[in-house]
Amino acid sequence: MLDLRGKSATGDRAFRWIAIGAAALVLLVLGLIALVMTSRAGPVLSKMGLDFFTSSRWSAPDGIFGALPFIWGTLFTALIALAIAVPISLGVALFVTQVAPRWLKKPMVYMMDLLAVVPSVVFGLWGVLVLSQHFGLGRSFLTAGIILAVMITPIITSLAREVIETTPPSDKEAALALGATRWEMITAAVLPHSKGGLVGAVMLGLGRALGETIAAALVIGSALGQITPNPFAPGNSMPAVIANEWGEADDMHKSALIALAVTLFVITIAVNLIATAIVQRSMKRSGGKT
Amino acid sequence: MIAGAKLPLDLRRKPSWRATKSTLMSVLMGGAVVAVMIPLLAVLYSVITRGGGVMFKEFPAFFTAEIPLISRKAGPGMGPAILGTLLSTGGATLIAVPLGILGAVFLHEYGGKSKFATIVRFMTTVMTGVPSIVMGLFVYLTWTMRFGYSAFGGALALACLMLPVVISSTEQMLKLVPSNLREAAYALGTSKSRTILTVVLPAALPGIVSGALLAVARAAGETAPLLFAVGAASAYNPHLFTEANTSLSLQIFGNATSSFVAAQERAWGAALTLMTLTFLLTLVARTFTARLALKR
Repeated sequence: MLDLRGKSATGDRAFRWIAIGAAALVLLVLGLIALVMTSRAGPVLSKMGLDFFTSSRWSAPDGIFGALPFIWGTLFTALIALAIAVPISLGVALFVTQVAPRWLKKPMVYMMDLLAVVPSVVFGLWGVLVLSQHFGLGRSFLTAGIILAVMITPIITSLAREVIETTPPSDKEAALALGATRWEMITAAVLPHSKGGLVGAVMLGLGRALGETIAAALVIGSALGQITPNPFAPGNSMPAVIANEWGEADDMHKSALIALAVTLFVITIAVNLIATAIVQRSMKRSGGKT
Repeated sequence: MIAGAKLPLDLRRKPSWRATKSTLMSVLMGGAVVAVMIPLLAVLYSVITRGGGVMFKEFPAFFTAEIPLISRKAGPGMGPAILGTLLSTGGATLIAVPLGILGAVFLHEYGGKSKFATIVRFMTTVMTGVPSIVMGLFVYLTWTMRFGYSAFGGALALACLMLPVVISSTEQMLKLVPSNLREAAYALGTSKSRTILTVVLPAALPGIVSGALLAVARAAGETAPLLFAVGAASAYNPHLFTEANTSLSLQIFGNATSSFVAAQERAWGAALTLMTLTFLLTLVARTFTARLALKR
């Protein structure tokens, strides 16, 4: 009568295995992604070899696929986005944590959260119909960079805010007690303390900007073969090419697009992993919670 | 803080360049806040004025009518897209949320610091970084090529995106459950699975729901994963597993580059609908978080 565990042992074990299965699903899906994608990218890679990454002629009818312009476009737009988003995000994060009065903090965090949930396609729509038409930017690297900057600002800001908030108050008070102004306190106590975490936050933003598809596909201009440092030129990026060309692609063309996706996958994963490692290390060192 | 106390030597008064610089920097930080607000307000303004105009001109029809087959034809119709978004997002939620919670239960309650758990945790981080278009292609290659277009294909792709997010947010919440709750349950002779189901998960529920809702809100706005899996229907398709469907995000993407004003108008209307949906989900998620904070 007082058997309090008894027959549940089988159920207990079953539940454990279900949980293990759910966790293993992550490994399974990732493994499948890697396997399926690389095997489908095979044909074009064996045909083009390394030229796929280094040549700049992309002509589906001729079966020639050189992805360099798209790799350039992806990196270039992401760099433009970072150049705009990083100073702004840092400014906002510092303002929220160091300058703003307490009552203002919550609404501002709330606003950034709001910005973070605006769907990327809505930004794309706004970019196409408002930004590129009424501000004379046209569809170009710069337009794509601006839209991406708007999209990654909330991520960088919220991570930067978390990192900055781990600065020990005693460090800040020490600086202020020595007569430092607020800005001097920030450069002397806050920034050195959070440097690692901030770099990580920026890298995570970069990872996001590299992989963002839809907004870029709408505003970048879909021009072929442009490797130019001119931000006002129309261009193309890897995710945009995949989104725009998949519909009318034949087998080899599809294989080339999948190879682009694999390239993108590898680059973003690498950036994300480095970023996560940096953030975690700096959080651990500063004794903050991750 | 004895501000205003009369010291013989006033150390802070004269406005040196250091003080000026500090003020200037504070102003610049404030400027950054303004710079963030400009695009947010501009997007909100465009979406609300242009989308609202379309939506309320023919009020219920916009939400119920089918999408015109000829895209230059003016008039309402996003009903099938709304249904499609609900189907694919709902399907993704049904797949990813239970699996994600179970995965997190494993990581925190069973795995701990074991090697397998560490690998899974690491791979979850990796999976969070996979670009959404890659998920879309993956689902196309493994599902759509065999079974054709359907809302379920979209649901699969969205579920792949949501899974790692739900796992890591749930694990964070499980960490917050005090371990003496678990110990109390064990002391009463409760089995581990029962403890998890009746003690740990209920204690963490508001946080888990909040995290899941945020993931759902993100998924509802995604376009790239649906691009190759869902197809392009313009009529209602209530079937989850068969035939081409559509979604609000796909309609916005398709109509944004259209040269016909009527199509653009519908895109703005769809954008307002989609944003309202994601904002509402975020708002509900927030109230759960607030309740959690109150409890503590």
